[in-house]
Amino acid sequence: MAYTFQFGALAQYQHELMSGIWLTIKLSVLSILFGSLAGTLLASVRSINGGTVRFLVDAYVEIIRNTPFLIQLFIVYFGMPGLGIRVSADTAALIGMTINLAAYSTEIIRAGIEAVHKSQIEAGEALGFTRFQIYRHVIIVPAITKVYPALCSQFVLMMLASSICSAISTHELAASAAFVESQTYRSFEVYIVVTLIYLVLALALRAVLALVGLWLFGRRVARRTLATKPVSAVSEVSA
Amino acid sequence: MTLRTFGLNEFGFLLQALQWTVILTIIALIGGGLLGFGLALARTSQLRAIRVAAGTYIQVIQGIPVLMILFLSYYGLSLAGLELPPLVAAGASMTIYASGYLAEIWRGCIQAVPKQQWEASESLAMTRLQQYRYVILPQALRVSLPPTVGFAVQVVKNTSITSIIGFVELARAGQLINNATFQPFRVFVAVAVLYFVVCYPLSQLSRLLERRLHVGSSR
Repeated sequence: MAYTFQFGALAQYQHELMSGIWLTIKLSVLSILFGSLAGTLLASVRSINGGTVRFLVDAYVEIIRNTPFLIQLFIVYFGMPGLGIRVSADTAALIGMTINLAAYSTEIIRAGIEAVHKSQIEAGEALGFTRFQIYRHVIIVPAITKVYPALCSQFVLMMLASSICSAISTHELAASAAFVESQTYRSFEVYIVVTLIYLVLALALRAVLALVGLWLFGRRVARRTLATKPVSAVSEVSA
Repeated sequence: MTLRTFGLNEFGFLLQALQWTVILTIIALIGGGLLGFGLALARTSQLRAIRVAAGTYIQVIQGIPVLMILFLSYYGLSLAGLELPPLVAAGASMTIYASGYLAEIWRGCIQAVPKQQWEASESLAMTRLQQYRYVILPQALRVSLPPTVGFAVQVVKNTSITSIIGFVELARAGQLINNATFQPFRVFVAVAVLYFVVCYPLSQLSRLLERRLHVGSSR
């Protein structure tokens, strides 16, 4: 028996899907903001303080990078109420995504900081820069400029991974898809359409990030952001 | 019904489920490895059409959530009239997911072999097959070890997503135990620890190989 596609059945659920798209975008943008700020902070703190602080930051990064995102979400959403902290599914999703992205951002920015040559810092000292000026102009800005494309790949992966938040009843795009599927029983059509929406979102996010890169760091970085590179062993999908 | 507490029995159940996480990871790496290897060769083919086709496939797989790959295989295959056990859908989707990423990792490794190696082997009148077999692939293999082991960590973690279609691996077992004991913090931390115990050694191995083989990562 041949299967006939009926995409028309989805038309009346436009609003449902739109609200899912909107939440996916909101969660992604906020977690990118918070996650990259936290990552910058943690990578900086780690490079300044070599002792306990560095150990704690590294432990955090390793724990997050070696456990699934889904389980991190479960701990935030189901586990925290046991400690007296109750959050909504949307807040839990945002917390989980931020915690996850912060760890990956820290790792990526750390690599950027370690790639700054010692001679650069010495040159800064020779020019009479203060310690903060050196940190700002010689270390952190060049480091982030260098790793910005890699960070952006991670941001896109986080946006895609936000679909996993549907497992804790966050009503983002994947959850909207499941809802429309349950209403129409046109499983295949729903998931094909939603998969295409994710693909468009991923391309759009990359384009926006390239524009941000153009504005912050100039032409070359923007071009490198658009050129999708093979994902290295350093950082990949956060499950 | 009285609630059970999270004890040794429950932990044993998690360990049993961990086996399925490992089995699924192995399926994904073997299946995705074979498919990904073919794709990596296609990406370095001399025919533009083949390169573009493989490139498009890879871009699509890397541009959509793993969850969607899972749903599409699960519902897509059942449309074809196959009543699927979750293991098959889980294995198929993890294979497709792994193939897209391994292809891109390995393409990078093949292209990391210096161009002169191609030229030299060609001047020895080798066929393209011989070039791959004796010159290019052995060198690419060395370079590919660290990122491949690193990617295995991603696969282990991503198998957790298959719990959403009811495949009982470690994450699903955690949910089941949580439903019986209702001690979510304890249960999911235990689950996280088990994932960590599998993933962390692999992460370290990947780093060790990277240092050993003197291959700088692409960043």
